[in-house]
Amino acid sequence: MLHVAIATRAFRRYSTYRAATLAGIFTNSVFGVIYSYAYLALWDANPTAGGYDAQDAVTYVWLGQALLMTVALWGGGTTDDLAERIRTGDVAIDLYRPVGLVGWYLASDLGRAAYHLLTRGVGPTLIGFAVFHISLPSSPLTALAFAVSLVLAVVVSFAVRFLVASTAFWLLDQSGVKVMSGAFAIFFSGMMLPLVLFPGWLGTLAQALPWASYVQVPADVWLGKHTGADLVTALGFQLGWAIALLAACQGVLRLATRKVVVQGG
Amino acid sequence: MSVTEPLIDVRDLERTFDVRRRVEGRRRRVRDSVVAVHDLTFSVAAGEMVGYIGPNGAGKSTTIKMLTGILVPTGGRVRVAGLDPSRDRVELARRIGVVFGQRSTLWWDLPLRDSFDLLQKIYRIAPGRYRDNLAKFVDLLDLGDQLDTPVRQLSLGQRMRGDITAALLHDPEVLYLDEPTIGLDVVSKGRLREFLRALNEDRGTTLVLTTHDLQDIEALCDRVVVIDHGTSVYDGSLAGLHAEGGSSRTLVVDLVDEAPPISVPGASVRRVDGPRQWLSFPAQASAAPIVAAVAASYDVADLSIQEPDIEDVIRQLYSRNV
Amino acid sequence: MHLRSYLQIAGLWIRAAWQYPTSFVLLAVGNGLITALDFVGLWIMFAHLEDLAGFALHEVALLYGSASLALAVADTAIGSVERIGSYIRTGRLDQMMTKPVPLLVQVCADQFTLRRLGRLTQAAVVFGWACTYVDWTPTRVLVAVSMLVSGGLLFFGLFVGFSCVQFWTTDATEFANAFTYGGATVTQYPLTIFPREVIVGLTFVIPVAFVNWYPCLYLLGRSDPTGMPEAFQFASPVAGVLTMAAALLVWRSGVRHYTSTGS
Repeated sequence: MLHVAIATRAFRRYSTYRAATLAGIFTNSVFGVIYSYAYLALWDANPTAGGYDAQDAVTYVWLGQALLMTVALWGGGTTDDLAERIRTGDVAIDLYRPVGLVGWYLASDLGRAAYHLLTRGVGPTLIGFAVFHISLPSSPLTALAFAVSLVLAVVVSFAVRFLVASTAFWLLDQSGVKVMSGAFAIFFSGMMLPLVLFPGWLGTLAQALPWASYVQVPADVWLGKHTGADLVTALGFQLGWAIALLAACQGVLRLATRKVVVQGG
Repeated sequence: MSVTEPLIDVRDLERTFDVRRRVEGRRRRVRDSVVAVHDLTFSVAAGEMVGYIGPNGAGKSTTIKMLTGILVPTGGRVRVAGLDPSRDRVELARRIGVVFGQRSTLWWDLPLRDSFDLLQKIYRIAPGRYRDNLAKFVDLLDLGDQLDTPVRQLSLGQRMRGDITAALLHDPEVLYLDEPTIGLDVVSKGRLREFLRALNEDRGTTLVLTTHDLQDIEALCDRVVVIDHGTSVYDGSLAGLHAEGGSSRTLVVDLVDEAPPISVPGASVRRVDGPRQWLSFPAQASAAPIVAAVAASYDVADLSIQEPDIEDVIRQLYSRNV
Repeated sequence: MHLRSYLQIAGLWIRAAWQYPTSFVLLAVGNGLITALDFVGLWIMFAHLEDLAGFALHEVALLYGSASLALAVADTAIGSVERIGSYIRTGRLDQMMTKPVPLLVQVCADQFTLRRLGRLTQAAVVFGWACTYVDWTPTRVLVAVSMLVSGGLLFFGLFVGFSCVQFWTTDATEFANAFTYGGATVTQYPLTIFPREVIVGLTFVIPVAFVNWYPCLYLLGRSDPTGMPEAFQFASPVAGVLTMAAALLVWRSGVRHYTSTGS
């Protein structure tokens, strides 16, 4: 099937960056260690903050590090290719098949995410497991649910990044929006601090935004915080955002096709 | 530095690169070394205009990098204005100007004038001298209307002229030009060549020109150094180059009617295609007697002369030296 | 003299950015928002506790503010040194080498931007607020000033030094982030959250503990929880100068490597 081929090709492309991947695993691990100690201090002062215990919190840290690249939290991934093609004007050729474009980049990004999961996801997790006390999924069902949640997280993240890249159609350069989006993602995904700690209206808002799908939801699934009907709701939340944002991508693409600004030349 | 010492002095220059190559049957890449420049010796006196030519990959840009201090030689010795380029880079930078053909050194978003002003500060050019130079170059290079235009809005030719001005404001002793006329239209090329010639005559600026354009060389350079496979295969005058290379020019004759191969002294027929015939004759010979002889004995509808390709010349040269 | 060249080049970049005022303002606002988010994180954290590892909010704010200030200043000064890899790739570094200005000055001044002013202001506000809780003496004022200056030097050295990795490799550059950004992150917290071995590392290997931790112990009148010599609380300038010196050596070595091997 075409999309599987696209994903495989993306996987292979990213797998050539071996040195960069190793360097990345190292850095992820260092940050994992730093945040683990910070959270341990926090939960030492407040042992049940946000409904987590200390072990939950430390596990959360390493899940965050593992998801950082998989979900491309800072931005990037294959949507950077899109932004580049918009910048050079090459995208004009691609736009003649708008239905295929979103699917194309999504398949590509999933291939990339698979690579990052296996390397910069698994790698730091193993190190975290070795150095700290982190908890594993309590049952095969939980593990499966996590896998589903993970895929949905990548899809939601992809859609947001696609929209960010599309701003290049109008702004000619995605970098400003990309930086902002990355900052919001760090904050609202729960990467900086678990969303369960966010007080009052801020917490409610944060848990409703799409970014919650990136880290908070998958992490909570792993930690067993969502069970039964609650689990279905959580996954449904991710799925809902995925569908809505992908539709937005298609919409934006249609707008862009009508108003193609070709830069260069 | 004595008067007789050359401005640029290159002796037994060598530059080897360590590369990692993919080899069949081995997983890891193999360490190998590539000799980019070897046994290179030449010198340039102040005030000369030298063409530094050779095929792609011959080692031209590697040499220029070593002359400007960007690259350290792995063997041999290079001195420019008495200085060792890699050791005294900053000091040497004050006395040289470099123009890269493809990349501009100007600040993209700002008007030309602002880039020049910054260069004045960086090179610490005396205000009076700066004003004079700027006025002069702007006039000669016809940049008057562009001074307040942002660099990104300039045409390629205007940007090139801006770059040249930028490289000359501080009265460098040597100007290195890398493909300066590439992409320019015929008129601009001519004007630029005139400018460079005048620069050399009026200010005695030494010029080192790397280019593929044979006409650049012919218009500007008294002297030519040909580099191939990392070493100099010719160092002398341009005319001598044609002689040495045994290069030939071609007279393309369009006869009124088809005829058997033309026979005139000093030329031989290379090719016949209907009424058109290609005659080649030695490059340093004049075309006039041959043209006269052909016109006298045959009904000629039209004729033209093709110059030898520098690549052919060099190739011939190298194959003869090997 | 080098400073003059730096300021001249930086000035040009500021004027270039000002050619696009809307874009400049947007980016500045954007950056301000980002730093605000950073601070909100800190505030959220303290919504759940009285103190962190025995340090009250205003004490943590002192640590956070001073480190952020030092980082903001250093970050503005070093500019694009983190992008040196791309300068090598595009040939821009070679162009810079044809100008009579030291290479490091040019690289740091290139694409100079005032965007970081947002972080600087926020850090100053936080630090200023935390300072109101400090029991000031003339010595403490001196120590505070020296802390900020040394912190700036330390971060400058840290970032320049580790960015030099890019002279040797283009691939594994993220490795440096563990030390540069990792070092910066660490300074936001009281170091007592870490085990003793880590604190030792942060004192003698990557000396970021001198950016704010040791001087702040003095400012807050606290004894060192890990039993380090009291002299460390005054030793920030030494650490700053040593780090800078090390960074400059690494830079020199990097440039030598570059000119010896070509790109």
